[in-house]
Amino acid sequence: MLKIINLLGKVSLSTIENIGKLTLFIFKSFFWLFKTPFYSKQFLFQLLDVAFYSLPVVGLTTFFSGMVLALQTFSGFDNFNDESTISKIVLTSILRELGPVLAGLMVCGRVGAKMAAEIATMRVSNQIDALQTLSTRPIQFLISTRLLASIIAVPFLVLIGNIIGVFGGFVVATFKLDLNPILYMMSTIDNFNLIDLIQGLVKALVFGIIIAIISCYFGYNASGGAEGVGRATTISVVTASTLILTSTYFITALFI
Amino acid sequence: MEEKKIINVKNLSVSFSNNIVINDIDFHLSRKESLVIIGKSGSGKSVLLRCLMGLLKPDHGSIEIDGINIVNANRIDKENALKNIGVTFQNGALFDSLTVWENITFKETKFFGFNKQKAKEKALLIIKNLELDENILELYPSELSGGMQKRVAIARAICDNPKVLFFDEPTSGLDPITGKIINNLIEKTVIKLGVSAITITHDISSIENLASRIILLDNHKIAWSGKPNDMKISKNKIVKQFLVNT
Repeated sequence: MLKIINLLGKVSLSTIENIGKLTLFIFKSFFWLFKTPFYSKQFLFQLLDVAFYSLPVVGLTTFFSGMVLALQTFSGFDNFNDESTISKIVLTSILRELGPVLAGLMVCGRVGAKMAAEIATMRVSNQIDALQTLSTRPIQFLISTRLLASIIAVPFLVLIGNIIGVFGGFVVATFKLDLNPILYMMSTIDNFNLIDLIQGLVKALVFGIIIAIISCYFGYNASGGAEGVGRATTISVVTASTLILTSTYFITALFI
Repeated sequence: MEEKKIINVKNLSVSFSNNIVINDIDFHLSRKESLVIIGKSGSGKSVLLRCLMGLLKPDHGSIEIDGINIVNANRIDKENALKNIGVTFQNGALFDSLTVWENITFKETKFFGFNKQKAKEKALLIIKNLELDENILELYPSELSGGMQKRVAIARAICDNPKVLFFDEPTSGLDPITGKIINNLIEKTVIKLGVSAITITHDISSIENLASRIILLDNHKIAWSGKPNDMKISKNKIVKQFLVNT
């Protein structure tokens, strides 16, 4: 019995300690974002990596999601052949949920894993210590630049992903389901709701923060050589993906 | 006449979760002195060096670098004091994503607005003094041998003309011949630049090459301190044991 209480105590203390460490890490990452010097080269490099190099995977995912949505709506509604209904379901689903969540998960898998592995490798090979001895604040140089890049890039990717996803739905609706392309497009424009777009972009912003902070946090606190790098990478992707999927519910609830 | 101390450590203690790693030690480093800290694994050498680099906060005591106590100084004073220090890490700790010249002039390009040409020229000047070929300037650390990586790490440490150099196990992972070359280079560099140095090592040839004074750590305390020649004739049991083991 005493052992169980002891274990519970240890787990609770460790959880509280980790929450405290993470909170402090988040605070420092944002704090150094607004302090000089601003590492523009490092920031632009990260922005290019997150935004540009993630574009193919995000584009492909959202394109096929739009296509699947159009097809499923058509078959789900018992071959209901209506441009307005299909376009509305595709548009709303992509803008509100699928665009941001899919883009978030893709960026998390591609960029989040890379951030965690890079920073963890730097940690276990003393490169972070070396940065500090070269009069550079590691959090400002490594984390804040990645955070800002992620905050800007993920909403941008979601915006592009939304357009590609809606286009995917249009392709299936017109070429496979033989719907009228003009009517489908007109109906898509009519059904466009700015709030849906804003909801998706707010989610993207939050996902951008989650991906950068979680990946960098686990990378920054990695220890134990190659195994530690692997552990940090895995745990960061799992945690960030889980947080993306749970936070999307709460953000949706805020808008409804 | 009193020695001019560039680093002065007093009553330094460090522990992790009630495990004492460094227990109330005092020592100093004079200007142009080359101090070598030795001791068996787990004696607290690396932790001591991390404290001196400002990477670890001790439980008690003070570390004065050029008159500034970095333990309780504010952030700006601490950063200013640590600017006087150049560090060569055990594994080199070169930045993987940067070329050799970018690694060497990392601080210069970032803080002093060196352009690419000026930075490359400075890097070239330094690597020539360290007997490295100019062709390596555009290479990445992964393309260099262990000995070359150590020399590039030394080049990065001395690039900003520090007053003190720290060398953490400078010959670890190197064959004896390369180790000897690195020791000679460090010795020449320290004398040529007129800086003070603290070296942490297990390597007896490093001690012979580099030390003007030695500190032996044992059981988290300073067990012995003296000149290299005194070490060989010391009657201290721990010194004798260390010499036998190395």
